[in-house]
Amino acid sequence: MLKAKTPKYGRVKRELDKRAPKLVETGKKTLILQGTKTSNVLNTVLSEIYHLKRDNAIRYTRKNDSIRPFESGGETSLEFFSMKTDCSMFVYGSTSKKRPDNLVIGRTYDHHIYDLIEVGVENFKRMDSFTYDKKLAPQAGSKPFIVFSGEAFESVDELKHLKEVLLELLRGEVVDNLNLAGLGRVYVCTAISSNRVFLTHCAMRLKKSGTIVPRIELVEIGPSMDFVVRRHRLPNESLKKEAMKTAKDKLHKKIKNVSKDALQGKLGKIYVPDQKVGEMVLPNKAKGVKRERREAKVKNSNNERTSKKQKEDS
Amino acid sequence: MEDILGTVPAWRVLNREMDTQNEYQVDLGNLMAFDPFHHFTSIPSSREELVAECLSNGTELVQAIVSGVFNLPSTEDIDGPLVKLPPPTTKLPREKPLPKPKPPTRWEQFAKAKGIRNRKKDKVVWDEQTGTWKRRYGFDRVNDDADVPIIEAKMTDEPGVDPFAKRAAEKKERVQKNQKNQLQNLKTAAKAGALPSHVQLAATALPITGTQAAKKKFTKDELGNVAGLASTATASGGKFDKKLRGEKPVKNQGKHRKFLPVVEGSGIGSQEKEQTDRVLSKLISSNSHEILNVDKLIALEAALFVGQQQ
Repeated sequence: MLKAKTPKYGRVKRELDKRAPKLVETGKKTLILQGTKTSNVLNTVLSEIYHLKRDNAIRYTRKNDSIRPFESGGETSLEFFSMKTDCSMFVYGSTSKKRPDNLVIGRTYDHHIYDLIEVGVENFKRMDSFTYDKKLAPQAGSKPFIVFSGEAFESVDELKHLKEVLLELLRGEVVDNLNLAGLGRVYVCTAISSNRVFLTHCAMRLKKSGTIVPRIELVEIGPSMDFVVRRHRLPNESLKKEAMKTAKDKLHKKIKNVSKDALQGKLGKIYVPDQKVGEMVLPNKAKGVKRERREAKVKNSNNERTSKKQKEDS
Repeated sequence: MEDILGTVPAWRVLNREMDTQNEYQVDLGNLMAFDPFHHFTSIPSSREELVAECLSNGTELVQAIVSGVFNLPSTEDIDGPLVKLPPPTTKLPREKPLPKPKPPTRWEQFAKAKGIRNRKKDKVVWDEQTGTWKRRYGFDRVNDDADVPIIEAKMTDEPGVDPFAKRAAEKKERVQKNQKNQLQNLKTAAKAGALPSHVQLAATALPITGTQAAKKKFTKDELGNVAGLASTATASGGKFDKKLRGEKPVKNQGKHRKFLPVVEGSGIGSQEKEQTDRVLSKLISSNSHEILNVDKLIALEAALFVGQQQ
């Protein structure tokens, strides 16, 4: 026997609907977590990444001993966390003698690991160590610019992969409308050699140039670090094909009460709401009047429809 | 004015844009720019020089995006000028598979075959009985069966049947039938992988024939308690065993021996004596009918008497 089970509360239903697959996706949440051993540098890196992505990231601070993303069987609890938190990207930090200050950035598709890239963090400079005019500090949640430079991003496989992952990690929410007054931060990624990428976070100063396009100056506000690419795993072809599918027709929201006319152009229908004159508080309609008198008054003027049953007094 | 124009780096950007070799790939939807031709002629030895060169290169790229964004048509808003960004051109993978289309329900199939189309109905209906507007469905609705206090008897009515009970039973049957149909539609939707996200089709266990109810599922707590109790069944009483996850210590583990106080105070009395007395009296009382075996006594007496005579 089967039984349809539905949530008891509307809030739960809404939460489940948020997690359901959508035709047009809004953005991926990021889970930031660590292994059993982390260094001081790595802790700061993770917390600063979380700080920069605060609006759509979840930070787990406990040690995880069963997560080894590159090994088979080591991804089960990661996939479980992805399911639990509804995150489709993760940043996993761990340090060991073989791979000091190791950062694994990965994506999931349908709560299963899609791809992975492992980088080592070097020459890390934390946010606090930068001094700059605090007026320039960008607003939290503002849409960042991302720039990549270096031919290695196109010629080297690993860096090509890293570029895509970094773009997805840093780009923030996909928006239709952008407020030009809210622009203020840039991530600059430069390929230094075939396996080393310099990443820094800058604030933008807009200066007048005489045209509508302002002149830009970048001020480094941190964090800044070098990524040294270690291992990486690309998605397999069939999974990639599956994940790259897009909705051909975007859902058009039905616009009510607006029509178009060849002669008159755009026409709108306006409904004037009921003015509810009957419910207006009159000066002599005091609340303190005795109940019988109040009801008698209502009974006499009961021409409007009543939607609720009147209580019958005996 | 001329002076400013002469110094702005916008000039330089313009120059570079014209330069065909140094074209940037700009993705306005993601506010991303990529310079695939940049390379260091010689990697700077000091960190400061390296950072400075990266930033100067980055500035040019940002300038390219900014010129793209600021040249989009904008609308004025209270918070600042708004521009409509084009959709991102960089293809990125989805996080979840595309939602599958919902299969039509049985009614929808039937309606399509018969050409039945949905009509809009008013939410409120004029009720002639009470002379008021009432809701079509729900509380205090129009033509509510519960509002009819008298059902007139007909010639065809069977005697001994409660018409009110009959009406309630019929209604119940209709509701059940509808629920069954709903479940059937949900099952077909589940088969197509298009179950609404908030619905779960949970299997309800079939009762084993002969038993009254379905087997009860143990709770996490109960299992933990049972595991704890089971672990005490080793030689050490579970002291040296490896504990399972979620296993709980045994509740109310019984005391097996109770020792009497070594020194007896004046108020307590002789507890040890009392205890032995209790045991003795219990023994005696339970076997009291065996204390005096009359038959044996008579036989003994008889034997003695015979011995004296001889």
